[in-house]
Order: sequence, then C-alpha cells, then structure tokens
Amino acid sequence: MPVRLSMTVNGKPVSADVEPRTLLVDFIRDTLRLTGTHIGCDTAQCGACTIHMNGVAVKCCNMLAVQAQGSTLLTIEGLAKEDGTMHPMQAAFRDHHGLQCGYCTPGMVMTAIDLLKRHPHPSEEQIRAELDGNLCRCTGYHNIVKAVQAAAKA
Amino acid sequence: MHAFNYHKASSVADASAKLAASDDSRLLAGGQTLIAAMKMRLSAPADVIDLGGIAELRGIKIEGASITIGAMTTHAAVASSNEVAKAIPALALLAGSIGDPMVRNMGTIGGSVANNDPAADYPAALVGLGATVVTSKRKIPADQFFTGMYETALEPGEIITSVSFPVPKRAGYMKFKNPASRYAMVGVFVAESASGMRVAVTGAGPSVFRITEMEKALAKSFSADALKGIKVPAENLNTDIHATAEYRAHLVTVMAQRAVDQALVK
Repeated sequence: MPVRLSMTVNGKPVSADVEPRTLLVDFIRDTLRLTGTHIGCDTAQCGACTIHMNGVAVKCCNMLAVQAQGSTLLTIEGLAKEDGTMHPMQAAFRDHHGLQCGYCTPGMVMTAIDLLKRHPHPSEEQIRAELDGNLCRCTGYHNIVKAVQAAAKA
Repeated sequence: MHAFNYHKASSVADASAKLAASDDSRLLAGGQTLIAAMKMRLSAPADVIDLGGIAELRGIKIEGASITIGAMTTHAAVASSNEVAKAIPALALLAGSIGDPMVRNMGTIGGSVANNDPAADYPAALVGLGATVVTSKRKIPADQFFTGMYETALEPGEIITSVSFPVPKRAGYMKFKNPASRYAMVGVFVAESASGMRVAVTGAGPSVFRITEMEKALAKSFSADALKGIKVPAENLNTDIHATAEYRAHLVTVMAQRAVDQALVK
C-alpha cells in the first residue's frame, strides 16, 4: 500500500505517494530529481548522502522516506541563495580546494554545516572527529579541514 | 528491500496492538541497524511498525538518584544532555562515541538495546551501571536482559519504553574501535556505585558480560594498577578477521585499566 508523503524540502512543500520501502535518498534523487545528494556506499558509512532533517545531519540512504513524513529537509541544492551566491561553507570549499573528484563534497558540506552549528569554533581535532562519518576516497582531507576552519571564521 | 506494510504507531498502546495483530513484524526505532539489514534482505518482515511518532518515548528525566532515558531518545540527545553529562559523564561520552554524528542523530537507545549487537556500546553501560530496562509489560534488570548474541529477555509483543540508570559514584568507559567500522572490538564500562563495583565488557564475546575478578580487585583499590596482571580467559571470546580471541582478551584488561583512569579523572 503506497503512503501519502508530505514534507518541506529546501523551503518548498512537496508531496507524493511512495511505496513504504522507498529509501529517502531514492525519493530525493528519483522523485524530486535533486541529484546533488549522492549515493556512495549505500551502507551508511561514507556520508555522501548526508542531508539535514529538521536541522540535523542524517544519512538518507539508511532511512525510509516515510520516516521523514512531515519533516523539513535541506539538501545541497537548498544552500545557495536564489541569485546563485554560494553558502559560506560552499565558498570555503571552493576557495580552499576542499575537493578533488567532488563525489563526497555534498555530504561533506552538509556535515560541515551541521558541525559548525554545534561547535562554532572547532579545533582541527574536533573537525576531524566530526567528519568521522564522511569518507573522501581521493583522500583530500587536509583541504576539507582547512575549508571548514575558514568557514568557521567567515 | 522486500516490500512490507508500513504502520505508524501513535502511542505505546497502539504499537502493542499493532504488534499483536501481526505474526511477522518488526519495530522501527531509528532504523540505523534495521534498515541496513532490510536492504540486505537479512530481515524481511511483513509489517514494520514505526515508533518514530510516539512523543512519550522520547526524553531524559532525572528522578532522585537515577536518570531515565526514553527508548526513542537518540544517541545525540544523550551525548549532548547537560543532565547526563553532570550525573553520569561516562554515559554521555559513550553515547557520543557511537557510530558517527549522522548515525547518532537517528539511532536510539531502545533500538540499540533491543538489537543487542555483540559490539554495541550501550549494553556495556546498562550492565556496568546496573540499569533497569522498562518495557510495556515489566521492569527487567540489565543483568537478566542481555541473554546472548542478538538475543534479549524481551518476549514477543513487548516494547522497551525506557532505560533507568542509577547514578554511580564514578564511572568510565573505554573502547578499542575497529579501525574501519568504528564498532567496539572491545569496550569496557567500569562503575563504582552504592551497590558495589561493576565491570562490563562488550565487543569481546557473543554478548555483554561482567568480570567478577576485576570487580573484586577494584573493591580493594579503585585504580588501574589493581587490574594489572588480571588475565581474561580467551575461551568463548570472539575471533574474526579483525582480531583473535586472545587479542580481544588482552584488550579487555587494557581497556578496563583505561576506563578506571577515566573514571578517576571525571
């Protein structure tokens, strides 16, 4: 039996009928066509699928879409302003070359924004610990950490 | 993932009724283990009953000399709770060391305890602190709750509603993380309470267990030195690609000593 799903995504109300087994990441990518949220490992380890649900970071490949019923979601597409001005975290990743292939980047950026909410002035050690659930297989962690440090000061 | 019927429970009573109405169901808490298991088709229930909408299952309450944590309270909520950090800092630290920040924002204490993964952190805290698991039907002491690998004393139709922790005099938790999965290869919780010493080990065996020899040694002297030389038998401990039973046995003593040191600092 399909379930009627309603939520707010990037400030806009959305609703759709979904099969209960639909993963939230598939709903976001296939139904909403917001493909900035990536599927990396598909086993809740790599963090490429990180989005914010009701203001906190979650891995949406490890959730059912129905678990987000009535919630407020923010994906990477919802960060920049209407005129295209990047979010300070996105700008910091660009300025500090906090990416190589870019596959992990949307998840890294969403986690980094979440960590600054809880630790507005993080130490390098805190940043590295907080990025525990995001893997970069280009191993570009140094510049990612630099970008987060810069965004904290921005 | 196989198809299933989705049911959203509005209360514990409603969830109990929905459980009783199905002969093949699973309760969905945060889903950080269940969804992964269903994706791999290791679990394929006909009915999934979502506890996510039950407000009465969330929250942290201080009641006299104990802290009661609602079953649907996330690890992040426990880790960031000032009350928990003040009363049982080791418990806040343990909750903040589970998985990663995103997993902690979804995963719940009730889900972790009900699943009883041999490498889960919470079972060590429950047994180490002599906690009580409160269910929709009764109260179960932690010592009787964890019965084996992924096995608990929960009966069909029984739902965990909260876990109650007596506040100890001091406590510490230390784990050796698997370098890839970050699960505890060995985690040791030590506590000194009014009821005595407790040393509880997770990750090393099929399920959490206590070490009486260490508890006796700590009762004489609460120091890391008191545990020096205590050898844990490797018999019945886990061997896998990450570590042999002998290595885990060695780690138990090392982690127990570090846990005592941590308890003395806090």
